[in-house]
Amino acid sequence: MIPAPFRYQRAGSVDEAIELAVSGGEDAKFLAGGHSLLPLMKLRLAVPEILIDIGRLGELSYIRDHGSHVAVGALTSHDQVARSALLAQQVPLLAHAAGQVGDPQVRHRGTIGGSLAHADPAADLPAVMLAVDAILVTRGPSGGREIPAADFFRDLFETALRPGELLAEIRIPKPQASGWSFQKFTKRAIDWAIVGVAVQGDSVALINMGPTPLRARAVERALASGSQPRQAAAYAAEESSPPDDLNGGRGYREHLARVLVARALEESRSRS
Amino acid sequence: MKVSLTANGSQVAAEVADRTLLVHFLRDEAGLSATNVGCDTSSCGACTVLLNGRSVKSCTVLAAQADGCDVVTVEGLAADGDELHPVQRAFRAEHALQCGFCTPGMVMATVSLLAENPAPTEDEVRAALEGNLCRCTGYHNIVRAVLAAAAERSLR
Repeated sequence: MIPAPFRYQRAGSVDEAIELAVSGGEDAKFLAGGHSLLPLMKLRLAVPEILIDIGRLGELSYIRDHGSHVAVGALTSHDQVARSALLAQQVPLLAHAAGQVGDPQVRHRGTIGGSLAHADPAADLPAVMLAVDAILVTRGPSGGREIPAADFFRDLFETALRPGELLAEIRIPKPQASGWSFQKFTKRAIDWAIVGVAVQGDSVALINMGPTPLRARAVERALASGSQPRQAAAYAAEESSPPDDLNGGRGYREHLARVLVARALEESRSRS
Repeated sequence: MKVSLTANGSQVAAEVADRTLLVHFLRDEAGLSATNVGCDTSSCGACTVLLNGRSVKSCTVLAAQADGCDVVTVEGLAADGDELHPVQRAFRAEHALQCGFCTPGMVMATVSLLAENPAPTEDEVRAALEGNLCRCTGYHNIVRAVLAAAAERSLR
C-alpha cells in the first residue's frame, strides 16, 4: 500500500512551515513523525495534496521546567516524553502514558504534538491532556493562541486548530494532587485502546468513549460528593457515546469503562 | 524528488516519487531486499530498520523523511558480510526463527533494544519486541536469543 500522490515540502523553520501551510490551504497537512497520518494516507482515508514536513524542526523538541508548569515542545517524541526524568517526577501520568503508546518503533517516530493534532479519539495522549488540564499553545499566520485541552478536541479527527495554525507547545500545570493512573484495554500491546482511562487526582478522562476524548464528569461529581472509587466508577459511561465496531459493541465498552475507571481510581488513590 | 541517504555505510541517491516509502526505497533503489514488507500497516514490525540508530518501521516512514539520514538494515550488521553480528549468531544458536519472515525486523528491533538497554530482563525483552509479530509464534526462542545476545555482549 502506498499513499495517493502528494507533494512533499520540508520546512526549515516554524515560520516557513506556517507560510507553506497558508499557501497550501486546505490541501496541505503538516507531517511530524507520520505515525498517525501516514497509515491513514496508505488506506486512502486521508488524501492531502501537500505534506509539509515539520519533523526536523528541532526548535520544537524540548521538555522544560517553567516553575508552575512543564513545557513540552510539540515535536518531542513519545520516547523522549516517556524517558524524561523531569516528567517522571512532575507529571508521571504523562511520562507513563507516553511509554504505553504503540510500540518502541512507533515511540521513536511519533510525537506528542502529532498525536494531539491528529485527534484520534482512540489515542492515548489526548485524554491525558484533559486529565491534567493542559494548555495547547499554537503558532499561526496571525500569531499564537493558548487553547485549554478541554476546548481543543472538537470532533472525530477535528481540533480547534485553524488553517495554517501549528501546534507548537504543550503546557502541563504541575498537578496538585499526587495520585494518578493510566489504564488501557487492548487486544495486543500495539493496538489502539478499545477503552482507556487517564486519572490525575480526581480528574477522570476517557479514551475511545465518544468522538473526542472526554471527561467522565458524572464520576468526578460522585467523587466530589464523597463517593468511594467503586461507587463513583458506576457512572463512568454516563454522557458517553462509545463507538460500536469490530473491537467491541457499545455495551461492552460501557462495561469496560466502569471496570477501568474503578481500577484507575483505586490505583490513583494508592499513589496519593 | 531526489533522496540521498546512507544505507549500511554506502551512499545511495535516487530520484523517486514524493510518496515513496522508505522500505521501497531500500528494496528497489538501494537493492537491499532483506527488509520485508509484512502487514504494511505499522503493526507487524517485519520492516524494522535503524534510522539514525533507532528502530523504526520503514513502511511508515517516507523515503523523503530519511533524506540525509543513516539507515542500517539487517544486511548491514555482519562485518564484511561474513562474520555474523552477535544478535544474528544468537538467533541462529537459539533456533529463534521458523519461517524467517519476521526475522530481519526482530533482529533490528533487538539491536535497537540492546543499544538502549544492554542488559534487559526477560520482561523488558518482551516489552521491547511488542511491536514485532511472529506468525509462527516462535516467541520463546526469540526471547532466549535476545537474552543470549545480551549475555554474550556483557562477557566481552
